[in-house]
Amino acid sequence: MLEVCNLSVSYRHTTAINRLSFTLQSGQVTGLLGPNGAGKSTLFKALLGLVPLDEGIVKWAGKPVTEQLNKVAYVPQRSQIDWDYPVTVKRAVMMGRVAATGWFRQHNRRSQELVRHALKQVGMWQYRQRQIRELSGGQQQRVFLARAIAQEADLLLFDEPFNNVDRQTEEIIFELFAELKAQQKTLLVISHDLSETLENYDRLLLLNKKLIASGSKAEVLTNENINQAYDRYCNLTPQPLTINRFTHADLVN
Amino acid sequence: MLTWLTEPLEFEFMRQAIAIGLSLGILGAVVGSYLILQQMGMMGGVIAHAVLPGISLAFFLEIDLAIGAFAAGVLSALVVMGIQKRSRIKVDAAMALTLTSFLALGVILVALLETDNINLNEILFGDILGVTSGDVWRTVIITASVLLLTKLFYKELEFYTFDPLGAKACGLPVNLLYFGLICAITLTIVASMQTVGVLLVMSLLVGPAITAYLLVKELSQMMILGSIIGAVSSVTGMYCSYYFDLPSGAAIVLVIFSFFLLAFLFSPSQGILTEPEIKTKVRSWLKLIFK
Repeated sequence: MLEVCNLSVSYRHTTAINRLSFTLQSGQVTGLLGPNGAGKSTLFKALLGLVPLDEGIVKWAGKPVTEQLNKVAYVPQRSQIDWDYPVTVKRAVMMGRVAATGWFRQHNRRSQELVRHALKQVGMWQYRQRQIRELSGGQQQRVFLARAIAQEADLLLFDEPFNNVDRQTEEIIFELFAELKAQQKTLLVISHDLSETLENYDRLLLLNKKLIASGSKAEVLTNENINQAYDRYCNLTPQPLTINRFTHADLVN
Repeated sequence: MLTWLTEPLEFEFMRQAIAIGLSLGILGAVVGSYLILQQMGMMGGVIAHAVLPGISLAFFLEIDLAIGAFAAGVLSALVVMGIQKRSRIKVDAAMALTLTSFLALGVILVALLETDNINLNEILFGDILGVTSGDVWRTVIITASVLLLTKLFYKELEFYTFDPLGAKACGLPVNLLYFGLICAITLTIVASMQTVGVLLVMSLLVGPAITAYLLVKELSQMMILGSIIGAVSSVTGMYCSYYFDLPSGAAIVLVIFSFFLLAFLFSPSQGILTEPEIKTKVRSWLKLIFK
């Protein structure tokens, strides 16, 4: 279980996250929603100890997360990566095993096996010798998913995995989520998509610097909450669930 | 032909120069691979210029010039990193400011400490004739140590240079890894001072590595191919220098550039003359000419 208590982060004098508290249960996929600049990526960085906290505690299974980073897998946004880097698909996934392997050691058989399994799971095994530059956006995303699986983490953080990916990749990602869920992993996923794909999440968190709402889809996606989070008037009724691929961009416009 | 190759080797200074050249070619390519993948190509230039105040102080204090150069070089890189991290200033501006400031400090120190009998020309452009066996040993030891460290920390450095945030999230000591890279870059520059000089060392760091970058798909291959290109360029440059009486540093730099140009034009995967459309165009021109 991940416990976040009173978490605050600021850059200089600008508040990025304000007194955020929530818990995530094992075996659940939680979607993290909110407008641009709501502090979603900052929250991830704060959970991982990559930015200094003003206050607050982040605990995993009762102990500070920063003391057990090997149990956390982080899947960064695709735009953060230099895709021209000379590395093959297989070696990129192998990076998920670096921390577990430890200093001065070669990757062992088990790591090789985990990487093979992870690549097969995301349907990328046949591309293992390709340089990452030669992949499509969806395939690149799947390489990072494989890296997270190979890491054997218990808590997985995904930063906008659905950004600019093809339908096939989207399906593979959701299948993977279901599988990880069955293994009692804890997943937190940043998403911009407010459409029917939200059915795939067990719980939603709506963020805009502070936590606006959390709970089931019906509890979170009320007009009142959305207006408060996105600071716009918007009417989701009468049939919000049938709106086809209603995205964050629509709300801004 | 064979005597053409062996004749220069009869001279002690040429044997030493070639040993240093081979060593630097390998060192430059390995360290340079990390440098360009970190998109810090200009960092080599900053450190190379920033060694001057260190050299001047070391000369004044009568300690080994290399120690002074190393300390000043590492300090300059840390200043760049500090400015970049603690402000909105982009890295290129931070580099330009740091480079000139350290150079200015060097010029002032040379004047103040009256250490102006340091042969600046030699430091800037290198003097292969002045190589001593001590220099050779120093370069070989630096190269061997950096290669060993690269081998030991290869997977961590690869992870860090590919995905710094991911590496940090996994708990890798990224600041330490960065500092290690800075030290390796500075050591390479200090080791090259004698042969190619600090102005031309950037070529040894960047040239062989980017040439290999255009031809391979993995970091280890980039380092190996880069090392071969670097070593061959160094030796070729030395021979040109010997036979045509050219300045050694400049000759090496131009050989490196020639190799780069070849890869740039003819790389099977990324060369500009090997793009399918251009290939067919060139073929049709050739047909016209030879008709």
